[in-house]
Amino acid sequence: MADIAAHPAIATSKARSKGLSEGWFAWLLIAPTLVFTGLIVAWPLLETIRLSFTDASLAGESYVGFKNYNTLLHSSKFYDVVGRTFFWMFVSVGLKLFVGLIGASLLNAAVPGKALFRILIMPPWVIPIAMGCLGWLWLYNGDFGIIAGVANWLGITDGPFAFLAYKRSAFWSAIVTDVWVGTPMVSLFFLAAMQGVSRDLYEAAWIDGANRWYRFRRITLPQIMPVIVSMALMSAIWTFNSFEIIWILTQGGPRGGTTTLIIDTYKVAIANFQFGEGAARAVVIVVLLLVFSLLYLWLLGKVNRKFGVK
Amino acid sequence: MLMDRYTLLQKIGIYIGIAIFLIFILLPFFEMFMTSLKPLNHIFRSPYQFWSDDFSFAAYSTMWERVPNLGRYILNSIFIATSVTAIAMAVIVPAAYAYARLDFPFKAQSIAVLLSVNMFTGAVLLIPLYKVMRQLGLLNTYWAMIIPGVAFLIPTGIWLLRGYLEKIPKEMEEAAFMDGASRLYTLRRVILPLAGPGLVVVSVTVFITAYAQQYLFAVTFNSNPKLHPLPVGLLQFIGYQNVEWNMMMAAALTGITPVLLVFLFLQRYLVAGLTAGAVKE
Repeated sequence: MADIAAHPAIATSKARSKGLSEGWFAWLLIAPTLVFTGLIVAWPLLETIRLSFTDASLAGESYVGFKNYNTLLHSSKFYDVVGRTFFWMFVSVGLKLFVGLIGASLLNAAVPGKALFRILIMPPWVIPIAMGCLGWLWLYNGDFGIIAGVANWLGITDGPFAFLAYKRSAFWSAIVTDVWVGTPMVSLFFLAAMQGVSRDLYEAAWIDGANRWYRFRRITLPQIMPVIVSMALMSAIWTFNSFEIIWILTQGGPRGGTTTLIIDTYKVAIANFQFGEGAARAVVIVVLLLVFSLLYLWLLGKVNRKFGVK
Repeated sequence: MLMDRYTLLQKIGIYIGIAIFLIFILLPFFEMFMTSLKPLNHIFRSPYQFWSDDFSFAAYSTMWERVPNLGRYILNSIFIATSVTAIAMAVIVPAAYAYARLDFPFKAQSIAVLLSVNMFTGAVLLIPLYKVMRQLGLLNTYWAMIIPGVAFLIPTGIWLLRGYLEKIPKEMEEAAFMDGASRLYTLRRVILPLAGPGLVVVSVTVFITAYAQQYLFAVTFNSNPKLHPLPVGLLQFIGYQNVEWNMMMAAALTGITPVLLVFLFLQRYLVAGLTAGAVKE
């Protein structure tokens, strides 16, 4: 008798018969989430889509059909911005993953002082982005920054070099800062994943005479691959939409050299009050990210099938 | 263990690598600190000076007089991030439990839609968001900086926490049901205590993100100077005549210290919690 009552299926069904059905209970638990995302994300998104078909500005708004999208479609400048945004995303995410992987491996090494090193890499992630950028603003200053100062002292440059004053150096400077902000979190997640890898695997390989590099390539990398893969997608989306760093460093300049889609959208909609045109850009961002994410997940599924991973 | 032994050369290589990595990470803080020490009339001195006789900590005391609300801004930042974390966790925990344990219609579809919220940031939806805040009468209140922060952090939080909840053995709940416990009681008394590492990871991540990204919503939705968080409050060091860079840097470094200290303490639990979540069965 006791055995029958202890059977999990009976216990569960007993619980299910009590009070609400499972489906209703679940939706009740999710309801607060729906209220928040509905109010702050879904409704504004629908409103943005509606605005994108109008010429809304401070002067009022009227329906203009696909005019805003047409303008974007025929603007070579806009294509430059889209291209620059994807370039920005691929380079920055690639560097974050690469530096993060090296950083995590170094922090995972069993050397004295590792606890302290793990703490010291965290600050860029923990402090307000806007304030980290203040430090970089000074670093990149051609006259008073330490980078230009040291370069001058070593004789690499002759006289001041303002990193943010030229299109190309400004773009790469912004990338370095973006990598600086993003790398600590990536390193930390990779480090945690590395510590989760079973030691038995390493010991077995070690007994077979595998060297460190081989163990890293054949054990560590495959074992933490799931974390790398999901981190890459999340990081790509955040980097695509990275706003504060570029805005504080260059405001998209010089001469549009660091204008990514999100900066362009903000400039048009908020700085120039062209709400309709800005909304069309916002919709383009959402569509591009959606297509990119689906493509990424689809490719991932294909790769996984090919290598027989479930 | 013998396997973990490094040769001297390997050890030197590891330390050099760590040193380069740390210089990259800490350089901006060093620059901020050096700038905070320079008297204002000497900041714009070229060529670059590593040290000079007139460096002083004066800015660390004068900054409180130059911007009297500074202490308030530091607390505002912490208050906003804490409120975001508290509200977000209250929303995330039940939803994550539902997605981890319960079976209900549109489960797969709804979490996919929810996760796509990650693709929108406040900057994309700023104009309609402004309208929402105005209609709710929340402009120029703390809520205008808290509520949007919560909404954008919920989906990632649910996704992270669900992973931890799924790992808790089902038998624990079934035992509680057996004893006649209700669903809510089970969630509170059985699941949550077992989800400790996951709760630490999610709440710390939410807090850090909320603390790091409070610039945009604050400049857009709030014009009450008393409510500003630190990154916006710092703009007050920009005067009509000149920018008090040394005080701004001193205030920035002082303002982030309390949170950094708390984080140093929590860091070990965060790594342990993330590791627990990464272990595959």
